[in-house]
Amino acid sequence: MTGMISTGGRKVMSSLFVALCTLSVLIALVPLAFVLFFVISEGVQALNFDFFTKMPKPVGETGGGMANAIVGTLMVTGLGSMFAIPIGIMSGVYMSEYAGTRFASLVRFAADTLNGVPSIVIGVFVYGIAVLPFKQFSALAGGLALGVMMIPIIARTTEELLLLVPGTMREGALALGATHARAVFSVVLPAALPGIVTGVVLALARIAGETAPLLFTAFSNRYFTTSLRQPIGTLTVMVFTYAISPYKDWHRQAWAGALVLVSIVLLCSLLARFATRKIEGLHSN
Amino acid sequence: MLQTAVPLPSPAAVPSLPVAPAPAPDTAAKITASGLDFYYGPRRVLEQITLQMRRNEVTALIGPSGCGKSTFLRTLNRMNDIVPGARVEGSVVLDGRDIYAAAVDVVDLRRRVGMVFQKSNPFPKSIFDNVAYGLRINRMTRSREDLEGRVEASLRSAALWDEVKDRLHTSALALSGGQQQRLCIARALAVEPEVLLMDEPASALDPIATQRIEELIYQLKSRYTIVIVTHNMQQAARVSDVTAFFWLGRLVETGLTTKIFTAPAQKLTEDYITGRFG
Repeated sequence: MTGMISTGGRKVMSSLFVALCTLSVLIALVPLAFVLFFVISEGVQALNFDFFTKMPKPVGETGGGMANAIVGTLMVTGLGSMFAIPIGIMSGVYMSEYAGTRFASLVRFAADTLNGVPSIVIGVFVYGIAVLPFKQFSALAGGLALGVMMIPIIARTTEELLLLVPGTMREGALALGATHARAVFSVVLPAALPGIVTGVVLALARIAGETAPLLFTAFSNRYFTTSLRQPIGTLTVMVFTYAISPYKDWHRQAWAGALVLVSIVLLCSLLARFATRKIEGLHSN
Repeated sequence: MLQTAVPLPSPAAVPSLPVAPAPAPDTAAKITASGLDFYYGPRRVLEQITLQMRRNEVTALIGPSGCGKSTFLRTLNRMNDIVPGARVEGSVVLDGRDIYAAAVDVVDLRRRVGMVFQKSNPFPKSIFDNVAYGLRINRMTRSREDLEGRVEASLRSAALWDEVKDRLHTSALALSGGQQQRLCIARALAVEPEVLLMDEPASALDPIATQRIEELIYQLKSRYTIVIVTHNMQQAARVSDVTAFFWLGRLVETGLTTKIFTAPAQKLTEDYITGRFG
């Protein structure tokens, strides 16, 4: 009896596969659950109003907050998005609309490669071009490093979403006398906008949590600054510094910083979903 | 002597009468393809097509799938230009000018030769903005009132105004399939084309919506030159004045619709029309 499995055997096999899949999902969820559990339980204890409004206290004093780092994170990610969003979207348009040419596929390959470059390498690169020449760590350099990371993510997302827009939409605009560029910017891009917004916000959430590219660019700063040309503290670097310090109170604050970071990322994701629904609603109510 | 020569006044001798210059006869050729070959890369999909499409008439292009009728339609507004590897030989003359000549502005050509697609393709914008789109990109309006007036006129021409006048600023995607297709017709009419190309405009619609589109085509032909691709024999017979039968990239037969459907000259045409193949 080769190759014969009784009905009972087949049912057992089927259940076994379902059980395996379920088990895998549980294993995948365990770390996430633990991370969230620890960050929330430890973070909530340390989080208070001071954390958002006060500056870091000198070593040895307890209390204080990370107001400078919260502002710093917002500034550096804001700077990064300011140049990464337009460049990323335009590159995506180029790849999807002018694809087929050799240069477009080269750009696509470059974007994928850049996407895979370890973030520390990007930090070193930006250190070389934006820190060394000026002999100065700066918020601008930090923003540049994060922007360089965002560009390929946004470009690839934009490209993929533009390719999903039916060709008939493009043709409809062309048939009315639109130029190619006009058709893309007035019809195709708006049609893909909900997805692109989601992609941008997710890219934002991802780079907001980066530490490595900021270590040699924005560096860190225990004082409040909004100057673009000064080193600036960010939540990720502060969490890193505080977590490896020998002080109990700093550990406490590191947990609080981690919680704020996770909340920012979560908020971004929720915002993306909300924005997507809102825009889709405009299109199909 | 048969007759005394009554000299006919030579045209130059006649004092100019207060008559408008004689308009071109209504049945004159508006758009003429001559010896048209079309290639996708090395593959020839249209072979020596010669066809006249006349003013104020509906020309129906029929034939089995893949016979080249849609490709032919798309050569008339150079929509195939965007297909990589597409190449045209021969000529398509619109009002005496070859549309494939180097000096021709494709954007202006496409404004003059409008197109309605098989699957309705409203833009994800409001009803109003859909119709206004072509007017805006071609900068055809002087004021907001002008724009609104033209949008309304186009929607009326497409027999859609009464159904949408109270919700002009809601999404076009919420309209029914038939309404969307009439919206696409309104959008095409808004830019004041001279020729209207329709690629199976009713193939995705139910019989009632189809009937409305056909009535619309009938009304529109007094103002436009219409070329329609259809798979539906009855539709071709109902709406068109002239029918052209395509088969394997060739134009097998063309003539008055009444003749094509009652006494085709070619056996192939008869076989197709009677449903023996295709």
